[in-house]
Amino acid sequence: MQDHNATSLVSLPQLPKAPTGIDGLDEITEGGIPKGRPTLVCGSAGCGKTLMGVEFLVRGILEYDEPGVLMAFEETAEELTANVTSLGFDLNGLQAAGKLRIDHVHIDRSEIEETGEYDLEGLFIRLGYAIDSIGAKRVVLDTIESLFSGFPNQAVLRSEIRRLFRWLKDKGVTTVITAERGDGSLTRQGLEEYVSDCVILLDNRVIDQITTRRLRIVKYRGSTHGTNEYPYLITQEGISVLPVTSLLLNHEVSDELVSTGVPALDDMFGLKGFYKGSSILVTGTAGTAKTTLAAGFANEVCAKGGRCLFFAFEESPQQLVRNMNSVNIHLTPWLENGQLVIEASRPTLNGLEKHLVTIHKQVSIHKPDAVVIDPISNLITVGNIAEVRSMLTRLIDFLKVNNITALFTSLLSGRNERQEMTEEGVSSLVDTWISVRDLEGIGERNRGISILKARGMAHSNQVREFIVTREGIQLLDVVIGPEGIVTGASRLTQQLHEQAQARAARLELERKDRELARKRLVLEATIANLRTEFESVEEELRQISYEEQFRQRPSNGRNPLADAAEGGQSTTSADQ
Amino acid sequence: MLNSHQETTPGPEEEPSAEYVLHLYITGATPNSTRAVRNIKAICEQHLRGRYELLIIDIYQQPALAKREQIIAAPTLIKKQPLPLRRLIGDLSEEKKVLEALGLPDLPLSNSHE
Repeated sequence: MQDHNATSLVSLPQLPKAPTGIDGLDEITEGGIPKGRPTLVCGSAGCGKTLMGVEFLVRGILEYDEPGVLMAFEETAEELTANVTSLGFDLNGLQAAGKLRIDHVHIDRSEIEETGEYDLEGLFIRLGYAIDSIGAKRVVLDTIESLFSGFPNQAVLRSEIRRLFRWLKDKGVTTVITAERGDGSLTRQGLEEYVSDCVILLDNRVIDQITTRRLRIVKYRGSTHGTNEYPYLITQEGISVLPVTSLLLNHEVSDELVSTGVPALDDMFGLKGFYKGSSILVTGTAGTAKTTLAAGFANEVCAKGGRCLFFAFEESPQQLVRNMNSVNIHLTPWLENGQLVIEASRPTLNGLEKHLVTIHKQVSIHKPDAVVIDPISNLITVGNIAEVRSMLTRLIDFLKVNNITALFTSLLSGRNERQEMTEEGVSSLVDTWISVRDLEGIGERNRGISILKARGMAHSNQVREFIVTREGIQLLDVVIGPEGIVTGASRLTQQLHEQAQARAARLELERKDRELARKRLVLEATIANLRTEFESVEEELRQISYEEQFRQRPSNGRNPLADAAEGGQSTTSADQ
Repeated sequence: MLNSHQETTPGPEEEPSAEYVLHLYITGATPNSTRAVRNIKAICEQHLRGRYELLIIDIYQQPALAKREQIIAAPTLIKKQPLPLRRLIGDLSEEKKVLEALGLPDLPLSNSHE
């Protein structure tokens, strides 16, 4: 905020502003209410007008060292003191220290009789005296309209009130005037006519049995300001106008990575995890293990030595711990050493703003590295979608600015699983979107996980089947069947089928081997046979050749008969 | 002009001394204040001669008293005694209203109040 002001103060001097010190209000008014001028705070009963006035004074004293005067027309100093003690404001102490003056203006119509012309100089004197006695810079007139009940002469009253505001302006005190909301006008007595520098409207609305207080700057002369209606709360530390922390998208980013808590899921991300400080949305239908994923993530953060804040809107901490034990996620040690804090409440316990403030407060107390909200969809029961969206926007912004990794789960309703927008419409705000879904087949339901988007890193496009086992979440390897990826029983069938095929192939191979061996045997036998045959033929031939030689040796001139016989035989055979 | 009958500080209470105890708070010498002083004096002399105690206080000089006495309008006449306490605001020019508020009958010089 300070930085923001510093940058905008470059050229011309801006309207001097008095910071209220009220959480968030200074952001909306861009620095505070007009310094040295009156500001009108109007609202109906129970809006916290008086509280805003008191807090303006107390914070002025404590944080900006500007003494203040409270002129109370409705409550006595004692009542006021008692009322704000619960907020930690010690009015008595401040009065004793000479920093605060409370002047209760008692008006009792029954005692008063008009007997001629008069003015309200008494009031001026009292106020002037109180201001001068402590050197006050701030003044609160708590419901000055009470004067109208005490003094019947409206003409006098109006001119005197106008004079009072002029006078306060001349004195240079920053004034807050509270007034009751009127019908069709901002204030019952039309005070906005006189106080025209800054008008803040407080509103108290009950929608569906849940009260939301809202604040709007109706006008702010000479300055820009937030024009929306901002929800605000009365908390234990006073008024908190809801953080409009980052209206600009200029937060620092981190390159650090955080594991998802499921190793196989890490592998689906190009860089093996989420960026630190990013926001992750896990959507899925009922029973798709969103909470388990969330708890696994929380467990991982704690195991790495980080701190995690877990907002459970569905389960009590005990139930969550017990349930997670069954899947080997043991949260108890982290709870015991304070690394993990589980905040469980019903969404309907509070209005949305209260939830947001609770989250803010817890975050500022625990300073976590990661925040898990399980689930955000339950918040819809509290507000309408537009409100939830704006709350979540603020929440995501807040966490991002603080570099806190945020994991939200969101329940998708029924059939529209492929809906690109989640009901809260936060999907465009988150950096990483993981979808868990039912893959319903014939007679069974399987869980599939996929990454719909992961800003700033490559990621797997597969739908991976995962199972929740006693050892935690396990992602199964992708099995591709004849018609794409198969899951569950089909996966088993496919696996059996593959096994059978492999077995058949192996048997076939063995059979072929054997066949070959057999053929070899046969061939070898044949070869041996042939060789034997060849040997016998060879021997025979050798025998013949031997006999031939034996016969030819004596016939060299000595056995012509044999020659003739030979010749005669050959001729006869030729004749035949 | 400012302090006509007593000192401004109504220090020790002397209630039994007078039947009517009236405090008039004025703001300096403004026309309203001047008129108020003149009017109340006339009324007191006329109706309460000898049984009243009138104190005229300038709240410019005694601003702390303005807070203590819950003065808002000026001039203001506070009827401290007899009870009930009444505050008469204005320059006291409407004599009828003044008498009524002081619990005095609108009859000149009628002493029987009880």
